[in-house]
Amino acid sequence: MAKAKNNTLKLKFDSARNLAPAPESKSAAKIDPQYDLFINGKFEKPASKEYFASINPATEEKLSMIAEANAADVNKAVKAARAAYDKTWKKMPPAERAKYIYRIARMIQERAREFAIIETLDGGKPIRESRDFDVPTAANHFFYYAGWADKLEYAFPNRRAEPLGIAGQIIPWNFPLLMAAWKIAPALACGNTVVLKPAENTSLTALKLAEIIQEADLPPGVVNIITGGGATGAAIVNHPDVNKIAFTGSTEVGKIIQRAIAGTDKKATLELGGKAANIIFDDAPLDQAVEGVINGIFFNQGHVCCAGSRLYVQESVFAAVVRKLKDRLETLIVGDPMDKNTDIGAINSREQLNIINKYIKIGQQEGADMYQSSANLPRKGFYCRPTIFTNVAQSSRIAQEEIFGPVLAIQSFRTDDEVIEKANNSPYGLSAGVWTDKGSKIFNLTTKLRAGVIWANTFNKFDPTSPFGGYKESGYGREGGLHGLSAYINLTK
Amino acid sequence: MLEGRKAQFVDELMKQDSTKAQAEKEVNLCIERFIYYSGWCDKFQQLYSSVNPVASSHFNFSVPEPTGVVAAIAPQQDALLGLVSVIAPIIAGGNTCIVLASSTKPLCAVTFAEVLNSSDLPGGVVNILTGKVAELVPYFADHMDVNATVFCESDSAIQKMIKEKSALNVKRVVLYDKIKWADATGQSPYFIMDFQEIKTTWHPIENIGGAKAGY
Repeated sequence: MAKAKNNTLKLKFDSARNLAPAPESKSAAKIDPQYDLFINGKFEKPASKEYFASINPATEEKLSMIAEANAADVNKAVKAARAAYDKTWKKMPPAERAKYIYRIARMIQERAREFAIIETLDGGKPIRESRDFDVPTAANHFFYYAGWADKLEYAFPNRRAEPLGIAGQIIPWNFPLLMAAWKIAPALACGNTVVLKPAENTSLTALKLAEIIQEADLPPGVVNIITGGGATGAAIVNHPDVNKIAFTGSTEVGKIIQRAIAGTDKKATLELGGKAANIIFDDAPLDQAVEGVINGIFFNQGHVCCAGSRLYVQESVFAAVVRKLKDRLETLIVGDPMDKNTDIGAINSREQLNIINKYIKIGQQEGADMYQSSANLPRKGFYCRPTIFTNVAQSSRIAQEEIFGPVLAIQSFRTDDEVIEKANNSPYGLSAGVWTDKGSKIFNLTTKLRAGVIWANTFNKFDPTSPFGGYKESGYGREGGLHGLSAYINLTK
Repeated sequence: MLEGRKAQFVDELMKQDSTKAQAEKEVNLCIERFIYYSGWCDKFQQLYSSVNPVASSHFNFSVPEPTGVVAAIAPQQDALLGLVSVIAPIIAGGNTCIVLASSTKPLCAVTFAEVLNSSDLPGGVVNILTGKVAELVPYFADHMDVNATVFCESDSAIQKMIKEKSALNVKRVVLYDKIKWADATGQSPYFIMDFQEIKTTWHPIENIGGAKAGY
């Protein structure tokens, strides 16, 4: 049989791929050689006297030494938060609380460049993303929730909104500053005080935020930021005087937290893992859909809980979509996160790279076909080529388990009902994507997909006004928008 | 239907240690409560939905959707009123449920099942089981196809066990140990919202401000 002629024009990106480096300057940000714990408005040495190194995953160079808080430090932070709650924050007129939060938002904006640089150095994400997404969205969250502080009576019809008390907040390493903003802003607006622990690998922007909070003159103890690993987090979860746990991270740890607080009155919101289905119908604008898929899985190296890591393509356009994806994959620039041209930066840590590589091996062993871009990877640092798998079974581990890396599992489907069933066949339910030109089909899908956030003809969009959170094992509670307030209040009559 | 069998319910409540006046009051309240939640079925969504003013050119809205399958251990004391007050908001919100009736006073629950049946409630929407709480709670809490559990007693050991087992598949746990079902506070749309998830949908808007077209 004669080989089918490929009439489709292919864009040539050869020249673009050889763009001269355009690195952001490291010197525009100041990183101290050592960071202490931010408790009661002051930076204090840890009771443990121990520090751990934070490295740049792009170069494996040490950036700073970070204090390791132990249970005594956590206790001190909780006491400071309790005193601040009882003596100042709870009693402060809500409009005054709002002014402090607005001030934090403005100061983040003023120091946006510094935040972006540190976020990229510490976490490995492309500077383009930290500059254009993480930092501005973090500031916007503070702006948005500041305004709610004195308007809570309008948010819950026929009820009074009371603060919960002390919120213990534990955040992940994929969006360090943004997650801190998602947690701190609504908690403060609702009148709570905070003990927050950033992820061990990415503490620096949270500590920079602590500096801002100090400069903003927030009453001491209202926000306490303590650093450390899993043991520090456990000490916050198990502290008897903490009223609420807000956690973003893996489903595995979420379940541990749910069990740990079982015998207590602590409230919790959990924003856990995901394995989002991104669905392309044959009437979809394919080029836009392919862009959406690329953004959906390769944004932040795929370290996104709502990443579109399962792609379902309708059979009649399957070959075309896969070809376009492969072409687009080739054009992605993988490398130095500080370079403004970089699309895919460094994997956050060696451990995470090992996990991703483990799944890439599993995918091959399960019989799926792998395709990786031919990008050259830097010799030092943790990098992974963007990877797609075809010939994936619904039961494959790469289609069922969260990988948290730049790995896409592609399957095909024929009918709407089939793809709905396949998409919902997951313990997770955080997000999903639908690509079609037909409005009624969009709504058929968006109402039947069991997920908290559904992007139709777009993907990975976020906004402070838009509630975010999961169904099923992706957790409970919402962050963002009016609905995000519920996480930090008690309703009374 | 409940109203039509009022005399039977009053009689049964009296056999379960209520006075005639108490029994009549309870049955009347149950009827009222069902009517109350029936009205909410097509209204709470508007109250708790929102169109979100995102800064980008997208149309974005959030609506409540049922959590799914709810396993409820009904109150032990208010055998009929408690049962009705727990079931009504769950099904008004579009969930289905498995309910464990009061183990000491199961009589009304069984009769109530007959009411549901003759009301043409679709099969499987409400499933009522009778049995011992301590024996059955673990199965209510760790079933992998259940999305939420409800417990209405203040027994802290059972509360803890339910919360621990619910972690198996991240069930939502709702405790109603401080609710006075006979009071006005025993009903509100917030009970419906205890078994709702918020779903947010995004779609691009073409050509806002004439800047750029398409998706």
